[in-house]
Amino acid sequence: MNKQAGREPVLSVANLSVEIPTRQGTLTPVDKLSFDIEQGRILGVVGESGAGKSMTGNAVIGLLDPPAHIAGGEIRLKGRRIDNLAREALRKVRGKEIGMVFQDPLTSLNPLLPIGEQLTETILEHLPVGKTEAQNRAVAALEEVGIPAAAQRINSYPHEFSGGMRQRVVIALALCAEPSLVIADEPTTALDVSVQAQIIALLKRLCRERGTAIMLITHDMGVIAETADEVAVMYAGRLAEIGPVRDVLTAPIHPYTQGLMASTPLAAKGKKRLSQIPGAMPRLTDLPDGCAFNPRCPIAKDKCRRPPAPNLDSGGGNAACWYASGARS
Amino acid sequence: MSKNKTEEALVTVQHLTRDFDVSPPWLNRVIEGKKKAILQAVSDVSFDVKKNSIYALVGESGSGKSTIGKIVVGLLSPTSGVVRVDGVDLAREADKTRLEQTRAGIQMIFQDPFASLNPRWKVKDIIEEPVTARGGDAHGLAEKLLEQVGLSAADVSKFPHEFSGGQRQRICIARALAAEPKLIVCDEPTSALDVSVQAQVLNLMSDLRERFGLTYLFISHDLTIVQHMADTIGVLYLGRLIEEAPRDELFGNPHHPYTQMLLEAAPKLDGFGREVEPPKGEIPDPINPPSGCAYHPRCPIAVERCKNERPGMEQKNKSRVACFLAE
Ligand SMILES: Nc1ncnc2c1ncn2[C@@H]1O[C@H](COP(=O)(O)OP(=O)(O)OP(=O)(O)O)[C@@H](O)[C@H]1O
Ligand SMILES: Nc1ncnc2c1ncn2[C@@H]1O[C@H](COP(=O)(O)OP(=O)(O)OP(=O)(O)O)[C@@H](O)[C@H]1O
Ligand SMILES: [Mg+2]
Ligand SMILES: [Mg+2]
Repeated sequence: MNKQAGREPVLSVANLSVEIPTRQGTLTPVDKLSFDIEQGRILGVVGESGAGKSMTGNAVIGLLDPPAHIAGGEIRLKGRRIDNLAREALRKVRGKEIGMVFQDPLTSLNPLLPIGEQLTETILEHLPVGKTEAQNRAVAALEEVGIPAAAQRINSYPHEFSGGMRQRVVIALALCAEPSLVIADEPTTALDVSVQAQIIALLKRLCRERGTAIMLITHDMGVIAETADEVAVMYAGRLAEIGPVRDVLTAPIHPYTQGLMASTPLAAKGKKRLSQIPGAMPRLTDLPDGCAFNPRCPIAKDKCRRPPAPNLDSGGGNAACWYASGARS
Repeated sequence: MSKNKTEEALVTVQHLTRDFDVSPPWLNRVIEGKKKAILQAVSDVSFDVKKNSIYALVGESGSGKSTIGKIVVGLLSPTSGVVRVDGVDLAREADKTRLEQTRAGIQMIFQDPFASLNPRWKVKDIIEEPVTARGGDAHGLAEKLLEQVGLSAADVSKFPHEFSGGQRQRICIARALAAEPKLIVCDEPTSALDVSVQAQVLNLMSDLRERFGLTYLFISHDLTIVQHMADTIGVLYLGRLIEEAPRDELFGNPHHPYTQMLLEAAPKLDGFGREVEPPKGEIPDPINPPSGCAYHPRCPIAVERCKNERPGMEQKNKSRVACFLAE
């Protein structure tokens, strides 16, 4: 993607690969992925189930479950490499510089501690403030994410909140150390439409007011349209297409993105039948040769069925396709 | 209700209410002095589903969609009110043969195609089970149905784990079709599926409806799917039906403030940079629902009357709306 001159991206991922050794051989759930996120920008990462979205997010925050591991590439946070840090150093970076929000808020909260204590602990660990100040900031953090009567609720336990409220608490926790990057993996998937709208508005506001860079993983194209500045479309562990959100959603150039957009009911606009992509995404254990999308692709040719697989450069920088229609500049 | 109207409705739901006893255990009630607690999952809901149409129930989590679906297929009984399918009251019909016949004509498709297929059965046995269980002749049936849902006749001897999510949902649909149903109740049939696969399953459901004259009760929380599929839509809030309208009317001219909020909050594919005023509040505790109109604490236009009196469904042009202030 075009970098603005003189501005260093908050997150820069280059040729990132993740591998999992298994009995059937080595799987590559993330295959040479590259993208940047600048300050105050939201990168949406979309793709079908198993495309490698969570693996990518987990690789960035250094939380891959073994035997999955980073097998190549570089991850830089504000210019500093973080993919090769020792465990303890990485843990510090994670708490201070990177906030995390997962689909299930309970995975990020300690059920045995009042939420106020969890916030205060995190603040004390990462910011140079005293106990009283940390407590004040904890209340402020809860207020900021819209928890009513925050000062009274500071002693409540996670289970005393509804799902939407819990997700707000997690966001408060992710943000209280004032990180420069937030990774949100399906933060609203388990929530109702009205609560989702509240959480999305909150993330956008924080991004705007604090300049936080956000990597927003979701499979909901509507959420992406309303939230993201750029979008990366993943397919079978690879980047299929990347670009400004409006371009990718309204004028996609990769046949997979085109198929995906056409198959959403929103795009059908009164037509009786939805356009459909035949088949399903291949498993990592039997990826086809060449382009991973070729068996489902309406315009696949011989070149697509042979190695090497196309990368972003094959499609003019924005789409991993030899025949990307009308490459954008 | 006029004779004519009942004739064209396949399903009539009248004043349907379903309570669940969610009291703490007896001992706790005695020791800690806790009261009995009743959760009204469905509260005085009435609607008709016309033959060969798709009626969608939408609403947020806990609004009572699945409970209504289960009552319509006879998996749960109503606390009060009546559900008739093809004129037969499933909870009270005395004629056993008639009841069995009607039951067989209603099939259900669930959200999770992974949980709803027996992993140890071959596809053939899964699909033919509804027929063989009644002693019917299932010769060649599975092969035929698999082709009708876009799979291959050769798949009969495979096991569920050999199929993808979308293919499994097709197998569920084939099984539902085996009983030659008139009515299919689908509870979030595609929410476990990816977008590209979802399109395959929704198209299949539309095709089958035309081919076999099926009627669907379609349960979903996804407004975009509902807008694509449904002829008529009922919106539920906290167990109550608050608006019902033909598809274009509901999306073009929503009357109830809750429906308006829901449509406004749903993310739009062309909503680039859209700033929505986030909706106020959260869904209340269903065990202690608000008085009067259940939506009044969150409603931007509520007045005193909304706190004290529960609005009934009133006809407003092409819609039915439960709101004192709806125009
Ligand atoms: N321990 C493991 N062994 C083998 N394969 C694995 C393992 N963990 C994950 N995978 C595979 O890695 C791939 C990427 O998974 P990932 O969780 O990143 O997908 P995702 O895009 O986040 O999907 P979803 O939308 O379902 O969350 C999947 O194909 C998954 O099956
Ligand atoms: N067996 C039960 N016992 C007690 N409460 C129940 C039972 N089944 C459902 N409920 C409650 O009834 C209400 C309606 O539940 P229902 O499953 O019908 O909602 P729904 O609209 O299908 O929600 P979702 O979108 O989450 O599937 C909820 O408050 C639920 O907790
Ligand atoms: Mg994931
Ligand atoms: Mg349900």
